[in-house]
Amino acid sequence: MLLFIFKRFLWGIPVLLTVATLTFGIMHIVPGGPFDREKKLPPEIKANVEAKYHLNEPVHKQYILYLYGIIKGDLGPSYKYLGRDVRDIIKDTFPVSIQLGVLALFISIILGIGTGIISGIKSDTWWDKVTILFATTGISLPNFILGIILILLFSHFYKILPPALWEGWRYMILPSITLGFAPASYIARLTRSSVIDVMNKDYIRTARAKGLRGRNIILKHVLKNSIMPVITILGPITAALVTGSFIVEYIFSIPGMGRFFVTAVTNRDYPLIMGVTLIYTVIIVLANVIVDILYTFLDPRVKLE
Amino acid sequence: MSKLSIVSGIFLIIISLSALFAPWIAPYSYDLQNPDELLQSPDLNHIMGTDRLGRDLFSRILYGARMSISVGIFTALSALIIGTIYGAISGYIGGRIDNFMMRIIDVVYSLPDLLLIILITVIIGRGWVSIFLALSLVSWVTVARLIRGEVLRLKEMHFIESVKALGANHERILFIHILPNTLGLLIVTLTFRCAAAILAESTLSFIGLGLAPPFASWGTLANDGWGAIKFYPHLTIFPGSAILITMLAFNFLGDGLRDALDPHKRI
Repeated sequence: MLLFIFKRFLWGIPVLLTVATLTFGIMHIVPGGPFDREKKLPPEIKANVEAKYHLNEPVHKQYILYLYGIIKGDLGPSYKYLGRDVRDIIKDTFPVSIQLGVLALFISIILGIGTGIISGIKSDTWWDKVTILFATTGISLPNFILGIILILLFSHFYKILPPALWEGWRYMILPSITLGFAPASYIARLTRSSVIDVMNKDYIRTARAKGLRGRNIILKHVLKNSIMPVITILGPITAALVTGSFIVEYIFSIPGMGRFFVTAVTNRDYPLIMGVTLIYTVIIVLANVIVDILYTFLDPRVKLE
Repeated sequence: MSKLSIVSGIFLIIISLSALFAPWIAPYSYDLQNPDELLQSPDLNHIMGTDRLGRDLFSRILYGARMSISVGIFTALSALIIGTIYGAISGYIGGRIDNFMMRIIDVVYSLPDLLLIILITVIIGRGWVSIFLALSLVSWVTVARLIRGEVLRLKEMHFIESVKALGANHERILFIHILPNTLGLLIVTLTFRCAAAILAESTLSFIGLGLAPPFASWGTLANDGWGAIKFYPHLTIFPGSAILITMLAFNFLGDGLRDALDPHKRI
């Protein structure tokens, strides 16, 4: 088991290396160096500055230094926020984004699995139809549109929840719903079809024939078996939450990593862009590994290779 | 096909046509500024009101449809072409080459679309062409996976075996016998890819990383109004609704087409 987990983690390395190389490549392809100013620096100072950041070294050496820096957790200085390291900016903004992400993940799992199971059991009732309608809308609804709707409704029209910032639980409600709604819809749809699938299986009929109570069948047999496909999509869902986060943080002016990422792109603050991209990649790779491990734990039929 | 998907299809045709003929339909030009009529709420002259430069919002939305829908259609088409070729080759040849080609896809696939698109636009700059390129570079992967799976399935079918026995060469088998059978899947994929591209483009434009002014897609328009949503909500509501309705229509149409053309693939 441990060997499997270890091997699975090793699989993440090529992805991370590709992203790191890609990000390094981007920094070198784009025109304009970090220390180009309108007013030219005196050549001695420029040489000094370049020596400090190893910009005078050949490219392959810079690449190795860059990778080494990543391993040490050093992501370089920000071009825009002078005097601040990318690492510091990420350290300040990451907790906010994680709070938002975890809340949204929580909402999407609970809402998605809950409604999915009920509507799978009671398929073709009004509850099922309403759930399908919501889920279909949720999938096609861009999250910035949902954000706009929620802000208009709850902040401008009813004035019960704040439309921006991140300063307490009341500030967290609208953003996490905005971020979690689309994944919740995916999960609900998947759970529903998986429940319907399981309900038609022979072993459920056997359980019924043995005279087990309805609730026991649902909790012990249906739930357990229909949850498997949902776990597999938790990887892609994490990816969706990551990209969703920079839109939601932009709409709600939340001081998280995503908003800094968007402004970094507008400002062409390359080290910040690359640093945040790397963090995102690590999160997604980790999520995929965890999902794989969970899957082998929950389903003994999956072979460990 | 369900009524809803037919209605959606008709709606999308109308939207596309009005985007195509926007210069003849729009009551004003998209960049005509009128300093006497700044930030007006909807009325008879301007059915969707005007923006902070006095430009007619309805006309701007019509012109915006050109940007949004053309990005969607062209991206979907190019993704479909690249993805079909890649997926068909990978699935048909199989073995080690297939394995290698799929590993490449795995790496691209493991990163979120929007993140990749943003990184690509960082390299090649902003504008219609770069958004189109970035979106195509990202979205062919999904198509390639689908087509590969379908080719793998079809390749093992009996009719392919009989064609082989009749002495058909590989090109004939692939182009005459396998690919036409993926047509249903292709049409469904095209619809969903269109929706995904329009969504990605409008999202990018909304966070200010999409098209540069004076050209405006629906996302740009929604973003323009965003700063003043408290006082002039119409500036965000109309472009936002345009995006929302179009997305819904594409998804309903896609669902309907899938039920009609590809009944096994129902999720």
